[in-house]
Amino acid sequence: MIDGFVALYIFMLAAFVGHEIIGRVPVILHTPLMSGSNFVHGIVLVGAMVALGRADTTLEMSIGFIGVALAAGNAVGGYVVTERMLEMFKSSKGAKK
Amino acid sequence: MTDFISVRGLIEASYFLAAILFIFGLKRMSSPVTARTGIVWAGAGMVVATLITFLYPGMSNYGLMTVAIALGGILAWVSGKKVAMTDMPQMIALYNGMGGGAAAAIAAVELFGGQDHGLTFGILAVLGGLIGAISFSGSLIAFAKLQGLMKSTVRFPGQQVFNLVLLVVTLGFAGVIAFQHAGVGTVTIFFALALILGVTMTLPIGGADMPVVISLYNALTGLAVAFEGFVLQNAAMIIAGTVVGAAGTLLTQLMAKAMNRSLGNVLFSGFGDTGVAAVTNDAGGSMKPIEASDVGVMMAFANKVLIVPGYGMAVAQAQHKVWELTQLLIDRGVDVKFAIHPVAGRMPGHMNVLLAEAGVPYDIIYDETEINAEFATADVALVIGANDVVNPVARTDPSSPIYGMPILNADKAKNVIVIKRGQGAGFSGIENALFFLDQTRMLYGDGQAMASELIAAVKSL
Repeated sequence: MIDGFVALYIFMLAAFVGHEIIGRVPVILHTPLMSGSNFVHGIVLVGAMVALGRADTTLEMSIGFIGVALAAGNAVGGYVVTERMLEMFKSSKGAKK
Repeated sequence: MTDFISVRGLIEASYFLAAILFIFGLKRMSSPVTARTGIVWAGAGMVVATLITFLYPGMSNYGLMTVAIALGGILAWVSGKKVAMTDMPQMIALYNGMGGGAAAAIAAVELFGGQDHGLTFGILAVLGGLIGAISFSGSLIAFAKLQGLMKSTVRFPGQQVFNLVLLVVTLGFAGVIAFQHAGVGTVTIFFALALILGVTMTLPIGGADMPVVISLYNALTGLAVAFEGFVLQNAAMIIAGTVVGAAGTLLTQLMAKAMNRSLGNVLFSGFGDTGVAAVTNDAGGSMKPIEASDVGVMMAFANKVLIVPGYGMAVAQAQHKVWELTQLLIDRGVDVKFAIHPVAGRMPGHMNVLLAEAGVPYDIIYDETEINAEFATADVALVIGANDVVNPVARTDPSSPIYGMPILNADKAKNVIVIKRGQGAGFSGIENALFFLDQTRMLYGDGQAMASELIAAVKSL
């Protein structure tokens, strides 16, 4: 079980990691990085799946269905656009002259 | 303790692996050399986490689940592959909104389900739902504005008071739900209010400020995901959500700083679209036009040329031509560099993406702090589609709304060439003093057409 102070510790450490990772990113990568972090919170998909999996009533199932579809859109869309952007970054050694 | 051999143990181990892959993936994304593999790593983490969740104990509705994943996934895949690089900011807003909506949906299912989680979980579920719902509807408005579906900026007197009252009422409902088990009706009203709040918060914000807002909503979605992760006892969601929440907050601050705005200023003031009365500065002097052939000669025989691209270049789809021109000049021995302002394009780094798409290598692209000192030694500064970010009044005129904003010192170059469609003012509606300087010449015309003429001019030499 994750509760109380264990949860707080995880929260604190994860926040620190997030801050550290971005702090050193060059401006040229800000847009892909925002898109990449946008993809990472697509992990909400697993939560939405669990919520839908546990849903009993029609109302819960409808909301759960919407949630899973939205989350899948977040994860897949976030991945596709980030990958497309990063794929284009080349240094002049690799680029055609 | 978790039994490591059980299905539950396998699931936890997979989530642990996913969390590691996310963090290392994001870390690799912090350098252009490894960035590509970074997203692939994070993607692998996502696949592992998603597949293992099908084994989660006590679940049903697998059919619905599969259909929902396929539906959302395929729509996003197709739209993500199709979207033009210029439209990237609103696409990120859209996907981000979807994540926020999903977090809100989780909260809704938990709250409608009526299981008693205890007070802590109740508060976190409600907060996550509130933040997720705001991020959802707010991101959709941001998307609509940047996509051009919504042209006007809606403002009315007392709007901020209205928003504040709405926020307080929504929080009141949140409190009731968290502290004393509320019925379906109350929960529904709560979510409706949260969604409306997202809309009314975003409506008054102008297009120019939208990237900061998208970044903020990105961070908020991360936070909402983390909160719902606590509710569902899912460590992967807690860690990934919190990392994004922290990273997104920092990114938002960096962006706001680059635009010389505080976050509060972005959210609660009206500046940021053309609505501000045009400050018609009598800048003195006049704008002096020039022909493309003359510019071609000037650049071909220069030692150093700095190109300052703005969003206008991308709108004109001129970046490929500009790169062709750059290659011609480099072949003639000219030192050509690109100078990028942090807010060139529609969000920090957007211009780099657009140039990368055209094939410009990232090592001749410099940001404002790296390049600003070099303008003094440049023979030509070619400003194409940029305006406010090269306006020297940001340095000189304390009465200007952009005073204090970091700018590119194009005015220090020996010659300044501005490619511009017409004589109008920039995004902010502020007259650009650079255009009236003695060493400035205006090349009027469409960015792409003018770049083509410059290529022809250099080739003919």
